[in-house]
Amino acid sequence: MNQWWTPAASLWWVILIKSAVLLLIVITTFAYAMLAERKVMGWMQMRPGPNRVGPWGLLQPAVDAVKLILKEDLTPKTADPLIYRLAPFISLVTALSVYAVIPFAEPQPGSIWAISDVNAGILFILALTSIGVYGISLGGWASGSKYPLLGSVRATAQMISYELSMSMSLIGVLILAGTTSLAGIVNGQAKLWYFIPQFVGFIIYIITAIAETNRAPFDLVEADAELVGGFNTEYSGLRFGLFFIAEYINMLTVSCIATLLFLGGWTAPFGWTVVPGIVWFLIKVGFFMFFYIWLRSTFPRLRYDRLMAFGWKVLLPVATLNLIVTAVVVAVRG
Amino acid sequence: MPRKTLYNVGALLAGLGVTFKYMFQKKPTIQYPSEKKKHAPRFHGLHELRRYADGKERCIGCELCSSVCPANAITVIGAENSPENRLSPGERHAARYEIDELRCIFCGMCEEACPTDAIVLTPRFEMSDLRRGSLIYAKDRLLVPPEAGVGAAPDDRPNGIPADLGRVAEIKSTDDWQKGYDATFRGTVLKTQKKGLAES
Amino acid sequence: MIEFYILAFVLIASAIFVVTAKKPVYSVVGLLLHFAALAIMYFSLAAEFLAVIQIIVYSGAILMLFLFVIALLSSGVAPFSMGPNRLPKIAIPAVAVVLVTLGFLIFGISHAPHVITPAGMGATAAGPVAPVGAANSFGSVADFGKALFTADLLPFEITAFILMVAVIGVILLAGDAAPYVPTRKRARIVEREMREAILRAGEE
Repeated sequence: MNQWWTPAASLWWVILIKSAVLLLIVITTFAYAMLAERKVMGWMQMRPGPNRVGPWGLLQPAVDAVKLILKEDLTPKTADPLIYRLAPFISLVTALSVYAVIPFAEPQPGSIWAISDVNAGILFILALTSIGVYGISLGGWASGSKYPLLGSVRATAQMISYELSMSMSLIGVLILAGTTSLAGIVNGQAKLWYFIPQFVGFIIYIITAIAETNRAPFDLVEADAELVGGFNTEYSGLRFGLFFIAEYINMLTVSCIATLLFLGGWTAPFGWTVVPGIVWFLIKVGFFMFFYIWLRSTFPRLRYDRLMAFGWKVLLPVATLNLIVTAVVVAVRG
Repeated sequence: MPRKTLYNVGALLAGLGVTFKYMFQKKPTIQYPSEKKKHAPRFHGLHELRRYADGKERCIGCELCSSVCPANAITVIGAENSPENRLSPGERHAARYEIDELRCIFCGMCEEACPTDAIVLTPRFEMSDLRRGSLIYAKDRLLVPPEAGVGAAPDDRPNGIPADLGRVAEIKSTDDWQKGYDATFRGTVLKTQKKGLAES
Repeated sequence: MIEFYILAFVLIASAIFVVTAKKPVYSVVGLLLHFAALAIMYFSLAAEFLAVIQIIVYSGAILMLFLFVIALLSSGVAPFSMGPNRLPKIAIPAVAVVLVTLGFLIFGISHAPHVITPAGMGATAAGPVAPVGAANSFGSVADFGKALFTADLLPFEITAFILMVAVIGVILLAGDAAPYVPTRKRARIVEREMREAILRAGEE
């Protein structure tokens, strides 16, 4: 099976090419995720959405990119210039690095559909997302004005609170699968997707994932109505664009994790193996992305104390209970 | 707390259902520049100054429109007609007739007050411009060209955009706002007023 | 080996930056870099779980709280307030202690018997990539978990207990010093006091 197009996965230039291709795909997906969000939100709000640039507005992302690049890059006088400029890159780099371990389809002998298969894949992703917060909180702090500072403080508190429940909900899956490797977890779902035995964990994961990615209705970090724009109030031009890309890529990441851990990744439902696994994977990720947009256009933003109360008083106890029950059941059944 | 939360889940799902339903409904959006909405029959838009069938101006410079204008947007300076230069059938004509479209509230009182049906509000509404000065419309842009004919009476306009809309002089943009102010009487007055404000 | 030297350089440089940085937030950023480099070093030593936990716990939670406090308390821009410079007095003994400790450490490591040789270790030495994906190799999550819950259960639980004591201590120290009164009771007390005050004001 080791043909010329499937050389050993560990060759450095193979990894390099894979990374470049994946980067391109992820950035393009970001662009069209953004367009899809504007379109779907438009439809749900009885508008047609962007439709002036290209057929059905399909060239809108390109125009947006040009606009963001050409806009003036402002640095406020009160800002801390070094960290102000560094922060968007922290956000984006951590958001992109996650894709190093995400498998997109079944590993073939001699090659894997991922840049690398890390044994502690899911933990690696959690670690990177926890660093991603630094982009937001440092950026907000370094802006040197009050709204971004409030936004970044909110970001810190929100992320720490929801990361706990998120990890708790994921550990249930890890116990069922008995591995932390993402490919291993998907292989464990060959018979039954984990969202059925781990339904509570699935729900909790979805809720916390929205909070982790700062998406509506948990987008208190950027809450336009009260914080102007939150942590990115002072950012403009390309640097704002980087934050923007990071947000959407995080959204995509979270959808990928949900697909891998709860919806069986690339495994086909009802034995429809005619369609290749990568297509199933993309369909499932697309479903989650749509769900995100759907939520955003439906629900109003939570009040901040309600958000915290919900995270600590509802999600965390329920997630812990779910974890204990899962552990006991798995232990009893051997 | 848990009971209340459980109760709310139904409401959340109902909300999701509403947005999902609306996603497939027909959108009421009108693609504005390429597709225009029909106006109400008596929509009040940009003004025009009309002529009689023989090409004479209807306006006799009586300044009734100016005095009735609630927004003080109209400036009329009348002048006597001389036998060799007869602009209107009456004794007087409007030497200057200027409307500040930024001040105008498009109420149509000028149209009501005019004894000769000279000033008429057309349904034309696209008059955005880059400079304040160029939104002071003088006679050169208000007065319809002589070949335009009489036009429909104010109370007898067709529904939507009338066919005789082309009679209105082209809405010209003035690149130089200073020139826009200088070209009109009203503009020069405004400019001096502005200067006075700046000094005081 | 080359990555070890690069990482070691980054580690030491960022550690020095943390101590010498003028602004507190710069120290936090330096520490973040330090933790990241440390995690990469763990990765290169095939200790995946330790690397990931290093990032999640230290960078993700503890350092985040540092940043939180720095951003809120001082404006973060102002340099550390200057205290009396105690460095000259303790510089020489401190350097001596550090050097001796390091010397002991190096001596101890170089003379220690190689007890840490689980099954996966031999494969790890052969190549950096092959054993990383393999289950139950040295430093993997399964291996780590097994060690934590069998051989090292007692120290693990004791550590957890100590941390819990610390948390409770912090809550006791920083928490509300006033004795706990139920809200409704407090409201009644306030109401009564106010009524009495109004009555007193009326009498005067």
